[in-house]
Amino acid sequence: MAKLKSKPKPLVHKTRLANGLTVLLREMHTAPVVSFWVWYRVGSRNERTGRTGASHWVEHMLFKGTARFPADALERSVSRTGGVWNAMTSQDWTTYYETMPSSDIDLALRLEADRMRNSSFKPADVDSERTVIISERQGAENSPMFLLGEELQAAAFRVHPYHHEVLGDQTDIESMQRADLYEHYREHYVPSNAIVVAVGDFRATQMLARIRELFGKIPAGNAPRLFARAEPEQRGERRVHLSGDGQTAFLEVAYHIPGARDPDFLPLVMLDSILAGGNSLNVFGGGLSNKTSRLYRALVLTELAVNVSGGISATIDPYLYGISCVVRDGRTPEEVEAALDAELDRIVAEAPTATELAKAAKQAKAVFAYSAESVSNLGFWYGFAEILDDHTWFANYLPRLMAVTAQDVHRVAKRYLARTNRIVGNYRPAASGPAAASK
Amino acid sequence: MPNKKFSSPSKLNLAALPGPHDTTRVVLPNGITVLVRENPGSPSVVLDGALQAGAIYEGRVRAGLASFTADMLKRGCAQFSFDEIYERLEAAGANLGFSSGVHTLSVGGKALAEDLELLLELGAAVLQAPTFPADHIERVRGEILTSLALRAHDTRAVSAMAFYDALYGAEHPYGYEDDGYPDTVQAITAADLRAYHAAHYGPAGMTLVIVGGVTVKAAVALVERYFGGWKNPQQTARAAAPGATAPSAPVTRRMPVAGKTQSDVVLGFLGPRRADADYQAARVANNILGVFGMYGRLGASVRNRAGLAYYSLSRINASFGPGTWRMLAGVNPANVDKTVKLMMREAERMTSTLVTVEELAENQSQIIGMLPLQLESNEGVAGALASMELFGLGLDYLQRVPGIIAALTRAELRAAARRYLQPQRHVLAVAGPE
Repeated sequence: MAKLKSKPKPLVHKTRLANGLTVLLREMHTAPVVSFWVWYRVGSRNERTGRTGASHWVEHMLFKGTARFPADALERSVSRTGGVWNAMTSQDWTTYYETMPSSDIDLALRLEADRMRNSSFKPADVDSERTVIISERQGAENSPMFLLGEELQAAAFRVHPYHHEVLGDQTDIESMQRADLYEHYREHYVPSNAIVVAVGDFRATQMLARIRELFGKIPAGNAPRLFARAEPEQRGERRVHLSGDGQTAFLEVAYHIPGARDPDFLPLVMLDSILAGGNSLNVFGGGLSNKTSRLYRALVLTELAVNVSGGISATIDPYLYGISCVVRDGRTPEEVEAALDAELDRIVAEAPTATELAKAAKQAKAVFAYSAESVSNLGFWYGFAEILDDHTWFANYLPRLMAVTAQDVHRVAKRYLARTNRIVGNYRPAASGPAAASK
Repeated sequence: MPNKKFSSPSKLNLAALPGPHDTTRVVLPNGITVLVRENPGSPSVVLDGALQAGAIYEGRVRAGLASFTADMLKRGCAQFSFDEIYERLEAAGANLGFSSGVHTLSVGGKALAEDLELLLELGAAVLQAPTFPADHIERVRGEILTSLALRAHDTRAVSAMAFYDALYGAEHPYGYEDDGYPDTVQAITAADLRAYHAAHYGPAGMTLVIVGGVTVKAAVALVERYFGGWKNPQQTARAAAPGATAPSAPVTRRMPVAGKTQSDVVLGFLGPRRADADYQAARVANNILGVFGMYGRLGASVRNRAGLAYYSLSRINASFGPGTWRMLAGVNPANVDKTVKLMMREAERMTSTLVTVEELAENQSQIIGMLPLQLESNEGVAGALASMELFGLGLDYLQRVPGIIAALTRAELRAAARRYLQPQRHVLAVAGPE
């Protein structure tokens, strides 16, 4: 195995500035590039009804410029370097990143420090972005899987804000005003609620000094008022039926599971791998094929579905483990569901084999290695881990996963794969009735 | 060590990009070209390859045959069953896939560096001797048909299909769909799959690129061991690149897709071949039109100023035959006509007025500056080497291309735009609610 010539130094330098900003730095000199990230602990989890979608909309507004960096100048100056930049909003976080030639990275630091406090939110920009976001939402609505996922989430969370899509409800996108967005921005975009991550070709001491200079002077501000409404226990199976265009039916089944910090989370990752194949938790991460997984054999080789996938997300609060299937032409969601239930009953009845567990472990190791190779991937991982827990969550992820036993997997299967703990959703073509008649 | 080469960050270090100095190119006696670049610290290895077995050989009446053949490779071969193939791949956390394009069948693989042999052994076994098991043929056929049913209700796919069909014509290999159509896929038999494999799969014109935490010596030896003995005397000669002529008058295709909330718009033209002298000028002009920053001039006009679309961009796709130059957007059905007007105006502006000195400079700077980022990963390097080999650009292409881009003039960009973006020869395809 790995030959360690000397004791490894800690790879990541973690610092907290006086204003509360967390800084994570990792030098990596394999290519002349740096990936610079700013993470905010805000997402759809922090949105009240009436302002759903505010976090995502704020993210769009941060590309509309500040007094110092007008929108056009901002875009041009990053693009000129050949760098890439983007942002993402999730349930728990919003993040901005620039991956650029190392010689130009100072630009990323300056613009991120500036837009943490000084984004303009011009009323005309709010209006034009409203229609852009409506277009983004309408584009998503063209996909039956989006529609089904949105309904499933809403059925799963009656109380907790995970009940709505990150994009927000159409009615809120139509009604929110500049003041709503600006208030959301000012409340959550404060140094103590943010994490800066840099990975790549730089010297950590110089990078930290420059971050201090640019971000250290931003006033600490007040900690955001957290909006927390815990989801009560679900007391029975919930079902959602959708119908719409197309010739193809879909089935999605979701189970409530705990958040990423819970000791049951990693056994659930292994359970997902055994049931539906190995996947990465990294947004850039690829998965593997899943043709030897239990669910592929039970649903696809039997020609009930054309594919099956498992979805597990690492979140702060308890969220969902989802299993999605595209129903094969000529079959029905009910047939797929019956076969799925039989397969899930099997893992609830009996622990997985040592071979299955070893395969899941090797897959996790490979997927993890692939997802940690580039500076952008690592920038993602460190920030994401810090949001969930601490950046060491990333470093400890593999060893902890390797320590999961077959009994652990069996225990979480019994605990979470209960009918009363799930939401079953199906989508079927409206015009043709059952999918079987769709020729 | 490569680290040292990057210590002067003020400008691009050409020697740090893959090139003749650090890439090994070997041609095996049976015709396979092997390219290897070591990336010593990397825990993984990437395989990127191509065979002369794309959809260009199938014809419209058998559309989908090349792709169906590719889908069947891992379903069983003389040496390994379906279960054995996937058990070995998935137990190693490795990926190996085959996909059919117009000209070539692509091979893609990724594994931990110690598992390169697994990729090559399985790759060789399934490419050389697939068995096309009958039960899997029907299973895969059903999966393809379901994916075609999904495609028929995907507005982006429907607009793209209508665009290519209108631009090239239904019989042209760039005009029909590689995945086929329900009637053609239904008609494909086991004998067709076997015959296609026998006629087109072979080592002549094949390329394998290997990049990652492996040595050149070991990688070349493994390719020789598993692919060196492959022969196919029946392999068809490489197909000539097809020609194409732009329509003589504007063509519009409106494709109703019921139950949707958004329309997808493609407005495009016949574009350059990869080998055309003005390809790079067209590429930079396209960057200005719909790539730079947030989607270039199109992004500024359709997304930022008018707020009409979440995406509004342009793309050039150049291959052996005449390619495409397309503008794309997803918009509310009520805004389709407004969007098309803005697109036409931006295309016209590229042909009538020179881009500014600053626009040219910053777009040149972007295209050159992004090279280190694109080439940071094993996948990025392997993809670049594969494309250089496919189009015969030479191993020193990455060292040359910054100079080529930097030398372009505003007049050359306008000349390229004038040659391709001819307002009266466009194709417009719209798919969405009626």
